[in-house]
Amino acid sequence: MQSFASEFNQAISLILNGDAELWAIVLLSLRVSVFAVLISAVIGMPVGAALAVARFPGRRALIILMNALMGLPPVVVGLLVYLMLSRSGPLGVLELLYTPTAMIIAQVVLVTPIMAALTRQVVEMLAEEYSEQLRSLGVSRLASVPVLLWDARLALVTALLAGFGRAIAEVGAVIIVGGNINHVTRVMTTTIALETSKGNLAMALALGVILIGLAVAVNAMVSALTLRAEREGLRHA
Amino acid sequence: MIPDFIRASIVALGLTAGASLAEEPFIIVQSTTSTQNSGLLDYILPGFEAETGIDVRVVAVGTGQAIRNAINGDGDVLLVHSKSAEEQFVADGWGVERFDVMYNDFVLVGPKSDPAEVKGDTDIIAALAAVASSKAPFVSRGDDSGTHKAEMRYWQVTDVDPTVASGTWYREAGAGMGASLNIASGMGAYILTDRATWLSFGNRGDLEILVEGDPRMFNQYGVILVNPEKHSKVRATSGQRFIDWLIGADGQAAIESYELDGQQMFFPNAR
Repeated sequence: MQSFASEFNQAISLILNGDAELWAIVLLSLRVSVFAVLISAVIGMPVGAALAVARFPGRRALIILMNALMGLPPVVVGLLVYLMLSRSGPLGVLELLYTPTAMIIAQVVLVTPIMAALTRQVVEMLAEEYSEQLRSLGVSRLASVPVLLWDARLALVTALLAGFGRAIAEVGAVIIVGGNINHVTRVMTTTIALETSKGNLAMALALGVILIGLAVAVNAMVSALTLRAEREGLRHA
Repeated sequence: MIPDFIRASIVALGLTAGASLAEEPFIIVQSTTSTQNSGLLDYILPGFEAETGIDVRVVAVGTGQAIRNAINGDGDVLLVHSKSAEEQFVADGWGVERFDVMYNDFVLVGPKSDPAEVKGDTDIIAALAAVASSKAPFVSRGDDSGTHKAEMRYWQVTDVDPTVASGTWYREAGAGMGASLNIASGMGAYILTDRATWLSFGNRGDLEILVEGDPRMFNQYGVILVNPEKHSKVRATSGQRFIDWLIGADGQAAIESYELDGQQMFFPNAR
C-alpha cells in the first residue's frame, strides 16, 4: 500500500502543479461535454416542451419511449455512431471518426433524451398551472412553448446538470468513436480506463477523484448562478 | 436563453471544424494495446513526427478489432501481432503488403504458490496441460486479440479444449491485456501475456513469470498499409512514409533503444 499512497500523491501533485498534459485532458473533457450538453438542450428542450403541451395520438407512447431512452447504453450508442462515421459507413465522407466532434455527436445522442424527458416533465406541470391564462390570451398550445420554456428556465438548469453529469462521466461511447488518441481524443474517463489497464490503479483513482471534483465544481457554479437569478427574480417581482 | 444556446453551439461546431481543418497532416494507426501500454509508441513516435511533420494518431485495441477497424477503412496503417491474420488481411486485398517490424515473446504468469507446478518449465504446451489438469484458475483474453489467438494455438496442440471448462477454472475475460491482467491478479490465476505489457504492468499482486523461453512463444509484430484501392480516403503517402521509417534504420534503432527498468522491450527484425 506504500506505493499506492505515493502513486496517489504523485497524481494529485500533477494536478496541483498544473501538469500541462493532464490539464489538456481535463479541458478537452469539459469542451466535449459542455458542447454536447448545449447542443442536446437546443434539440431536446423544444421537443420536450412541445411534447408537454401538444395533444396527438401516440403521445403517451412517445413519452414512454423518450423516458426509456434516458437509459441508452453508452457502448451501444458508441457502436452506432461508429458505424455511421466509419469510412465504410454512410457518413464516412465527413472524416469525423476519431475526432472530438465524433465524441460530441455520441454524447448528444446520449444526453438529448434526458433533456427532452426532463423538460417535458417540468413544462407539463407549468402548462397546467398557466393553462387558463394562456387560453384567455388566445395563445395556441405550440405558440406557448417559448414562453413556458423561458418561465421554466431555473428548473431546466437541473436538466442541464443531469445531462452534463451523464456526458462527463461516460466512457463506453467516447472510447469507441474517439479512439482514446493521445493529445487528440483522450479525455478524463478514457485516461482512467487506460491507466487501469496499465495496472496503475492509484493513478486511475486519483484521476477519478479529479473527475468527481470537476463535477462538484460545475454543479456548485451553476447552483450559485441559479440562486442569484432566483433572488434577482424575487427582487424584480 | 435559447438564442444563447444556439449561438454557443454554432461557435462550438465552428471551433471544432476549424480546428480539424487547420491541423498538420496526420495518419491513424490501428494498433494493439501492447505497443501503447508498454510505452513503446510514446517513445519512438516523436522522432518520426519531428522528422516528417506527420502526426501519428494511435488507436490501441486488440489485434482482432484493429484488423476489423482497418477493413472498415478506419485507419491508414495496421501495426499488430498475429502473422496469419495479417497475411489473410493482405490476401483478401485489404492491405497492400506486410512487413516484419519487431518481436518480443509471450510469457505464462501465475501465482507464486503455483498449484500446477509449472515454474521453470520451458515447454508452454506441457505447462498449459498441467494447468488444465490441476484445474487452477486460468484467465483467457477471450477477445480474438493476437495474444488470444496465440493462446488458442497452444491449446490446440494440447489435447485439452479449455472452452468446455469456460466459467469454471477457465475464465474468458473478453477484455484487453491490462484488464485481463487485473482480473488474473485479483483471483491469483494463470494468464498468458506478452512480456512488454507484463513488464510495464503496475498491479502484479502475487503473480510472477513462471514459464518463458519456449521458441513457440515468439511474438512477431507486422506493419501493413491499408489498401487505398479499397478505401480511397486512406492517407497512403504519409502512411507509407511511416512504414518506411519504422522498418528503416531510424525506426529500428528507436525500437532497439527503448528500455523499461533496464530491460529491452522489443527486438527489431525488419529485413
